[in-house]
Amino acid sequence: MSDEKRPDIHPAVVSAQPFQLASRRPVDRLFDDDEGRDRLEKAISRYPEKKAALLPMLAYAQERNGWISPEAMEEIGGALELTPAYVRSVATFYTMYNKHPTGRHIIQVCTCTACHLCGADDVFEAFLEATGTRPGEMSDDERFMVMEAECLGACGFATAVQVNNRYFENVTPESVADVLAALDDDEEA
Amino acid sequence: MGFPHSHDLEVGTILSRHFGDASARRLETWVGMGGYEGLKKAVGMEAPEITAVVKDSGLRGRGGAGFPTGLKWSFMPQEPNGPHYLCCNADESEPGAFKDREILRWVPHLLIEGCLIAARAIRAQHVYVYVRGEYFPYTKILNDAVVEAYEAGYIGSDILGSGWDCELTVHIGAGAYIAGEETGLMSSLVGGRAEPRVKPPFPAQSGVFGRPTTVNNVETLAAVPMILTEGADWYRQWGTEKSPGTKLWCCSGHLERPGTYELPLGVPLKDIIYDVCGGVRAGRKLKAVIPGGSSTALLTADELDCPSTYEGLQEAGSSLGTASPIVMDENTNMVAVIRRTAEFYAHESCGQCVQCREGTAWVAKILHRIETGGGRLKDIDILYDLCEQLTGRTICVLADSVVFPLRSSLDKFRADYEALINGGAR
Repeated sequence: MSDEKRPDIHPAVVSAQPFQLASRRPVDRLFDDDEGRDRLEKAISRYPEKKAALLPMLAYAQERNGWISPEAMEEIGGALELTPAYVRSVATFYTMYNKHPTGRHIIQVCTCTACHLCGADDVFEAFLEATGTRPGEMSDDERFMVMEAECLGACGFATAVQVNNRYFENVTPESVADVLAALDDDEEA
Repeated sequence: MGFPHSHDLEVGTILSRHFGDASARRLETWVGMGGYEGLKKAVGMEAPEITAVVKDSGLRGRGGAGFPTGLKWSFMPQEPNGPHYLCCNADESEPGAFKDREILRWVPHLLIEGCLIAARAIRAQHVYVYVRGEYFPYTKILNDAVVEAYEAGYIGSDILGSGWDCELTVHIGAGAYIAGEETGLMSSLVGGRAEPRVKPPFPAQSGVFGRPTTVNNVETLAAVPMILTEGADWYRQWGTEKSPGTKLWCCSGHLERPGTYELPLGVPLKDIIYDVCGGVRAGRKLKAVIPGGSSTALLTADELDCPSTYEGLQEAGSSLGTASPIVMDENTNMVAVIRRTAEFYAHESCGQCVQCREGTAWVAKILHRIETGGGRLKDIDILYDLCEQLTGRTICVLADSVVFPLRSSLDKFRADYEALINGGAR
């Protein structure tokens, strides 16, 4: 899986590819290979201004490497004629862009209003305990990172938990072990 | 219909008819269900004709503000001197709201069709669907539908042989509530921080890429195809004069049957909670409801006998907002709920305006202090003062949004605050 190229992507949806993947395909330079150039060109083709391809390209960097390094920001800036400082100012605004390397499975427990009412704090604690981590800290085996999330938009299915690209709903402290077990054999999550 | 539960209140199901049926995601099945008939009609109509039908239907924006959709479209220049754009706001992230995700998830082609009809009405050459980053599974469903629609000639050049061209691009955000504010969305889409800006200029004058732009919510656009095929009067058979049509209600919190339900506007709020959703779970009593998503004033158990319309909820002292009731049972610690809600706004403040950046965080800190036993009675006065400082003083209404639940909880559940302050930590 790791060396496999993603299938050909229609330009209309190139700016909407999942970028929180457990499987990563690290690369030093984003736009030195055909895939990177293809993504860049297709994204740019969808907007009247190059700058608008910034979020799609930040997402692409994270899709490949799992996080967005200062070097990646600089490379993206170069490709879109933006300064590294500007790229950084945008990247740091959005919580989903990882500015540091992360664990393979980013477990985000929604503890916002509706989930809070339905016992999300206990679910959050249960994930911390099961992974042996503190909030936002990578587990020793680098597999897990548990964080509190703001509203995930699944309020009727509290507690909602997002792990990378996947949603788990109606999670209880008792079902935390099942969620963790489901992650092992799922590369996408 | 509803999801994951159905309900007994007989209604026309416009949006939710195929919720729960994964086959409706496929173009072939969808067309067999009558899909894209509205678009076929639209390509034979001129822009003002389409706008007139939607105006007559009385459809109001479903993103929270309730602005009349046809009127919004009519603000776009009638004689373009360059490109126009449509942005579909799928950055659903108001705590309590999870209706747009059900549209993306079950009926993506309905949304695509609505986008194209709206684009024709406002003479837009390109539609950008801005989906919140977290919605990966639903974005994937939408992406597949968009590619199918392109391949079948419903999007792109010479749509349905009409000679009309319109592109559509799906664009995802990366975790910013404020990107759901229309000017914040536009700032984000063009490659910036999702910072709202002062209006005017309004998007219809200067929006994305400096061009005339309309921003519409997912649910608003999804209602358009059937309004076009069936007509404005048909749509008006549901709802009231000022709030016509049907509405998705996404109900959460301490309910027996939480979920998304399509109902005609005007059903009493208490019927939605007690009949449709089966009432409070575990046989407990209801304490309060935040009726329209976290940025609306909460109502007590005695205040729910109001019609679920824009005007009805306003008269009740709250707002329909995104129609997302969050229900709390009698055991709820009100201070903790409002504290967690305030933390949300503090986290999501974009930081441009001092009142909002500092004030939302102060509210969260003071509430946390009260909750953990360090509160003082004068904290209640400070919170009221903050309500004043956070209202109407900022670029966008994020700061105002925290005031509605906060002030209403202070007014209606002051005893909860005082008990914690006088009793110390629980």
